[in-house]
Amino acid sequence: MSVDLVRVSFTVNGSPYDLELDPRRLLSDALRHDLRLTGTHVGCEHGVCGACTILVDDAPMRSCLIFAVSLDGAAITTTEGLQSSDGGMGPVQRAFHECHALQCGFCTPGFVTTVTAYLRDHPSPSPEDAREAIAGNLCRCTGYQNIVAAVQRAADLVTEGATGACVAPGTEEPT
Amino acid sequence: MKPAPFTYHRPRGLDEALEVLAALGEAGKVLAGGQSLVPLMSMRLSAPAHLVDVNHVPGLATVHVDEHVVRIGALARHSQVEHDAAAYDALPLLRQALRHVAHPTIRNRGTTVGSLVHGDPAAELPAVLLLLDGSVTLRSAERAREVEAASFFIGPMETALRPGELAVAATFRRPATGSGTAFVEVTRRHGDYAVCGVGAVVGASSARVALLGVGPGPVLVDLPDAVRDEPLDDERVHALVEEAIDPEADIHASADYRRHLAHVLVRRALAEAHHRAPGRAA
Ligand SMILES: Cc1cc2nc3c(=O)[nH]c(=O)nc-3n(C[C@H](O)[C@H](O)[C@H](O)COP(=O)(O)OP(=O)(O)OC[C@H]3O[C@@H](n4cnc5c(N)ncnc54)[C@H](O)[C@@H]3O)c2cc1C
Ligand code: FES
Ligand code: FES
Repeated sequence: MSVDLVRVSFTVNGSPYDLELDPRRLLSDALRHDLRLTGTHVGCEHGVCGACTILVDDAPMRSCLIFAVSLDGAAITTTEGLQSSDGGMGPVQRAFHECHALQCGFCTPGFVTTVTAYLRDHPSPSPEDAREAIAGNLCRCTGYQNIVAAVQRAADLVTEGATGACVAPGTEEPT
Repeated sequence: MKPAPFTYHRPRGLDEALEVLAALGEAGKVLAGGQSLVPLMSMRLSAPAHLVDVNHVPGLATVHVDEHVVRIGALARHSQVEHDAAAYDALPLLRQALRHVAHPTIRNRGTTVGSLVHGDPAAELPAVLLLLDGSVTLRSAERAREVEAASFFIGPMETALRPGELAVAATFRRPATGSGTAFVEVTRRHGDYAVCGVGAVVGASSARVALLGVGPGPVLVDLPDAVRDEPLDDERVHALVEEAIDPEADIHASADYRRHLAHVLVRRALAEAHHRAPGRAA
């Protein structure tokens, strides 16, 4: 079957794109295959695992549940766009690194985008808040403890700049 | 898996959307938030030939509140409705129920009206619409019609929507002043569809619950023995609920377990709703 390609314009991490896509192209595939932004990962492809979470106009959404052509005019942010202004790791990425909040790293891009958006509205989450914030993202490796610590560490990094250290839940000791 | 190929339509206005839908008839399918439709297409359980993407139709992302109703436009996302302060003041049950719909990330894209039209028997919003005597406004190129909740939900994933129609809004009626409401449910995992769920409205002269997960669609039960200022007759409530429900077993739960949950959750929902009723006798 021949398909009519559909024109769509949006920005990704601030750069404008004007694409002609097969309408069935999922945003996750458009990012990875057409734009070669492979930071966004694809796990379940039906909305459950959260690995593909990106920001659309600053709100976290599943890129595997959106047809790319549907986002005409949108501003999309992927984990690549969450670096610091000097090109190093952004605060959430840095917190995940410092707190050992990843092992294989498959789930991490979805956590980074989700947590970035969450901290904008909830600048100082408790451990319970942090758990609630990440409840829609699955991680097969870490057991979540260090991810919870990273959410709180990221909150500190965002609000205070680069002081303090990572504290694992249930301990007062820096890890 | 990837969705099957389809032809894509991106109307920029309501009239254009209705014309496209009229021309396509049975072949056309509305794409709203896509949070139910896209996974179905990716799993190849659905393969529409034409998708009419209504996300670029202006004027549909509305939450309207007046003294009688809360009316939600087709493009209001679950999260928009959940966080709308006026809607919460007028009808707290909406937020109480929406908090149980999937995860915040899904709620950022999925629409409340889309969830009604999708008609999943485990979905929360159909139960809420039924509980509040709500209705859905359906528009086609020729006419508009208002369908009451009781006749809108026909069966699992089946509603009164006809080919060529767009659901433009859903209207939830506010319960009588002095009523309290609650929504409780049990899920296997946080954010999953519920195994069983119950919404309740308890007022001075009426009390009712709507259950999900215990029938082919939401089940409404009037409970005159649970009104606000009378002592609750547990046995009568149990009997009326028992008579109304007809749970089936599936991979998530046996029929008996669902029945058990239904009774436990009805008690819990009534207690919470009663507790929240502002006018209750001390
Ligand atoms: C992981 C996950 C968990 C979920 N958990 C829950 C849950 O616990 N409870 C729950 O209720 N839902 C849940 N959902 C579904 C979610 O609520 C959807 O947003 C909702 O069911 C459909 O809304 P939508 O806007 O995404 O519709 P779409 O997916 O775009 O459409 C769904 C169907 O409705 C039709 N449709 C949609 N809008 C209109 C309209 N205005 N006029 C005519 N037809 C229309 C479409 O043609 C399609 O057939 C979950 C989804 C995911 C991915
Ligand atoms: S790949 Fe999108 S949620 Fe799993
Ligand atoms: S680090 Fe491997 S899945 Fe999370």
